Amino acid sequence: MLKVRNVWWIAAFGALVLFPLIETNPTYTGIGVIALIFMGCATSWNMFSGYSGYVNLGSAVFYGVGAYTMTLLADHLNVPGNGDLFWLVPVGGLAAMIVAVPVGLVALRVRRHTFVVITIAIFFVFQLSAINFGFTGGTAGLQLPLIPWLETNYNKPFYYAALAIVVFATLLSVAVRRSRFGLQLLAIRDDEDRAAGLGVKVFAVKLTGFTLSAFAVGMGGALFAIFIGQIYPQFVFDPLFDISIALMAIFGGLGTLTGPLLGALVLESMQQYLAIRFSNGSLYLIIFGALFLVIVLFMPQGVVVYLSEWRSLLASRRVEGARVVPEEKS
Amino acid sequence: MTTLLNVDRVSKSFGGLRALTECSLSVEMGSITGLIGPNGSGKTTLFNVITGYEKPDSGTVTFEGTEITRASPSRVFALGVGRTFQITRIFARITVLENMLVATQRDEGWLRGLTRSKSSKSELVAAMEWLDFVGIGGLASLPAGSLSFGQRKLLELAYVLVADPDVILLDEPAGGVNLTLINEIADKIRALNKDGKSFLIVEHNMEFVMNLCDRVTVMHQGADLVSGTPSEIRSNPMVLDAYLGGNDDDDDDEELS
Repeated sequence: MLKVRNVWWIAAFGALVLFPLIETNPTYTGIGVIALIFMGCATSWNMFSGYSGYVNLGSAVFYGVGAYTMTLLADHLNVPGNGDLFWLVPVGGLAAMIVAVPVGLVALRVRRHTFVVITIAIFFVFQLSAINFGFTGGTAGLQLPLIPWLETNYNKPFYYAALAIVVFATLLSVAVRRSRFGLQLLAIRDDEDRAAGLGVKVFAVKLTGFTLSAFAVGMGGALFAIFIGQIYPQFVFDPLFDISIALMAIFGGLGTLTGPLLGALVLESMQQYLAIRFSNGSLYLIIFGALFLVIVLFMPQGVVVYLSEWRSLLASRRVEGARVVPEEKS
Repeated sequence: MTTLLNVDRVSKSFGGLRALTECSLSVEMGSITGLIGPNGSGKTTLFNVITGYEKPDSGTVTFEGTEITRASPSRVFALGVGRTFQITRIFARITVLENMLVATQRDEGWLRGLTRSKSSKSELVAAMEWLDFVGIGGLASLPAGSLSFGQRKLLELAYVLVADPDVILLDEPAGGVNLTLINEIADKIRALNKDGKSFLIVEHNMEFVMNLCDRVTVMHQGADLVSGTPSEIRSNPMVLDAYLGGNDDDDDDEELS
């Protein structure tokens, strides 16, 4: 028998599959593409930072490396402007993973708060490199081959490619959560020294998690690059990306599966919609600020955790004695 | 009896503070060894050196003939040295059962963890057995953070045991625990010792140490002062001096030099 939880998952997935078939306005399907890219990235980010507690504020490094790998490869391999470009998306993810290894070797030497600062510093190294090196085109950016698809159908392949990234990131996140490796990440989050004293090879586990999480983010960056057709350092190595991804996961619920998905879907769609609706690119920042005040004050664990606690509270009121109070042992 | 764990003239300084000065200690196979001494005498630092949390400046630590002086905590644990902490440390946001599963495979490659599930059938059974052994089996599905202080102590003991170490280092197992639970913990330690586990116990509760231990080592100012059976220790005047600060001359000399 299907569990209620699985029915929700299938319904949500079905709705995402059907969306571009029902909604044909390219403005809205375009928002869908961006929102899905962010959902994939936030989920992948959460697979490491949410589980391990190591908040990575430099995930745009992976995003940018994915985007630049895509663009440079498309140029050097003379890939024509058609669906063939999509085959390079996983290559962008792999490049991000390769970059993640040395970055992780440096950043993961330090703990928590220092880690956050180091990741920000490394991010700026990458951004400045992209601006100043010749092969990246500097601030002028790089062009991708133009894809001559009709406007009405242009978004669809991107939409489904982004959806595939979301599915991949979600499945990976589930697999990690169910594995011994995922348990070790959670143990590191709760008490790293204690975990080491129980046989957990903490550095190797952290580096593996960090590297794995780079893959989907790199793919997101690569897909984003072909979607918008040209890249600039400040677009793909964007400090707002770093912060957005983290905030989306925190908004939904750090370390939960549905949290980052929901957070990215709500926040990114809202941001894009507000930008178009009021033709004001910064309006969303005010609303986001207010929203985060509410979240931090009233639901510090995120919307998803808050709702599930609320639901179990209601259930326990309905069924008398449903909540077993543990007997004090000592 | 053969020596299981041997600490040979270990020294460790933190800046100008000498925490350990040529400290030696041994734990015989199958014994319960007590480690006592005034506050600040270096007992916990010695624990940290043995289990890899601190690297000593000089001296060696060997376990079953293998040198573990500079080994990492996970390596020391993998070889079979388990420990608990003075301030109980558990994984608060995962369940009690998951806490147990973190420790079940003490020497598993890190890549293996990616491809295997959180637990095997036999690991679950073992985890539940040890939880029942310490008497908190009924709390297995609760988040560990909801346990009381005493329950946390028991959980910490249980998840060290689940990995089947040969020697277990307990840092104040009776600290802050009520009398009934102290006796319960002492009984558990005795039962485990009968099954062949060796123990090294730091404790301030003298009654607990004297009743439980085969041998006792007294530490004073970072060095081992004297070792012997509990009755020998009780009647040794040097021990009393160390605790009550009887002979202060040595201290003054050290400060001057």
